[in-house]
Amino acid sequence: MNREDFTEYLLPFLALALGLLAWEGTVRYYAIPPYIMPAPSLVIVTLVEDWGTLSGSLKVTLFITFEALAAAVVGSVALAIVFTQWRIVERVFFPFAVAMQVTPIVAIAPLLLIYLSSADAVLVVAFLVAFFPILANTTLGLSSADRNLVDLFQLYRASRWRQLVWLRLPCALPYFLAGLRIGGGLALIGAIVAEIAAGSGGSAGSAGWLASLVGIHGPGLAFRIVEAGFRLKIPRMFAALLLISASGITIYLMLSALSYLLLRHWHESARGRET
Amino acid sequence: MSLTQPLAPDASPSNIAAGAPLVALRGVGKVFANRLEALKGVDIDVREGEFLSLLGPSGCGKSTVLRLLAGLTTPTSGAIDWRGGRPALSFVFQEPTLMPWATVFANVWLPLRLAGVSKHKARPHVEGALEKVGLAGFADAYPRELSGGMKMRASIARALITRPAVLLMDEPFAALDEITRSKLNDDLVALKCSLGATVVFVTHSVFESVYLSTRIVVFAPRPGRGVAEIAIDAPLPRSVEFRMTPLYAQKCRETALALRAAMDSAAQAEPSSVKGARA
Repeated sequence: MNREDFTEYLLPFLALALGLLAWEGTVRYYAIPPYIMPAPSLVIVTLVEDWGTLSGSLKVTLFITFEALAAAVVGSVALAIVFTQWRIVERVFFPFAVAMQVTPIVAIAPLLLIYLSSADAVLVVAFLVAFFPILANTTLGLSSADRNLVDLFQLYRASRWRQLVWLRLPCALPYFLAGLRIGGGLALIGAIVAEIAAGSGGSAGSAGWLASLVGIHGPGLAFRIVEAGFRLKIPRMFAALLLISASGITIYLMLSALSYLLLRHWHESARGRET
Repeated sequence: MSLTQPLAPDASPSNIAAGAPLVALRGVGKVFANRLEALKGVDIDVREGEFLSLLGPSGCGKSTVLRLLAGLTTPTSGAIDWRGGRPALSFVFQEPTLMPWATVFANVWLPLRLAGVSKHKARPHVEGALEKVGLAGFADAYPRELSGGMKMRASIARALITRPAVLLMDEPFAALDEITRSKLNDDLVALKCSLGATVVFVTHSVFESVYLSTRIVVFAPRPGRGVAEIAIDAPLPRSVEFRMTPLYAQKCRETALALRAAMDSAAQAEPSSVKGARA
């Protein structure tokens, strides 16, 4: 292993390990009680012991996240296409889109909780926060096609449909994927925050009808955190937090991998430093 | 040399540029939405089989003439009269303008694909076009794997795939290095001759226009218009030796002087059109 490989790959892990060691050492040295600050080893032990409860909630949270993300992808891409094909629609929707985008979605969660069941409210919040970055990026991408290529398609009398499918959509792909990476992270945040806003009311099967269809039900990870907080089960709060960040990291890595696979042949963002 | 073109191979120099009229621009003017007058009173005849260069400084409306010929924009005044209807046209831009997500094959296939030709049926044509431009074996490469010159070759292959009667080229080699450029110049003329196509070529290089063209129209800016016409009475294709001939030297001088005069007239007209934004 040369020096560059060490800096690139090993150093981040080494730094993380050192940080955890310092945490463990501090807790043990000062004998900090676990209800104030549990050591990492205790968090892991709790994670294993409570896995039955926590894994169920993890499934629920992940299901809501992906359900919301999928709906956001379908909705935002469709709307972006409509926007770029019929400019008048964009102008009509523009004030609503801006109003929705500048309003912190979390702030309308309590309202949604009045109108909808807590399961649906959580899903809608996660959907809304993921929706706008994907919409904004895809709309930008669809209108960023090379002017000359647009002329070329026009010269060969390409229909609007073909111009969309063969030129504008591929052109929008990197923009869409950038929006998707942001949206994926935000969907998780939305699912967590909305469930916290729902509070104990969310305990009754907050995964929604689609989730119960595949046998996933019960409260999500955010509910476990709130619940553990009430009972002063601090190690369990940490264990749930650990699962949430692991989920966030996994979602980000998955979407980055997807982006790389789709763009590796042609886009600068997927280009290695050596080539 | 030429096989299917309207010029007889033994054409005497005087009738090199005297093919049948293909398209006539009469009093063509173009004013953009920002009120910039790009062209005013342009009269140009393009004749079948000729290599016509439009020479002038940037912003004198040369590219607009090409876009008008291609039907990508319409004139605000005057008329464009295609004798016998608008033939198959191809356009080569200043940049290679390839789809970066598509292979060289898919890029060259595009015009045929838009005309409904399947990949299978297009294959021999695409491979033939790639061979003609010297890119045989690069069908599966992606544009970013090619050099600037090779990208431009792919772009030319795409333009040739429909066997166009007229090739419109907008400073296609301006971004290339001198060596690549001179090689592509020779290859372009050879292709033009073997296809018998008419070429309308926009450039700001005096030497390039004299070397390539059978006729040059010199453009003056603000507003863009043709101000001088120079015929280069030497058969195509030409070789490096042509650059050593007295005719080449004389035509270069003549063209450079015409270009200078065009610039001077524009400079004198400046005060009256100071408001015009840079084109």
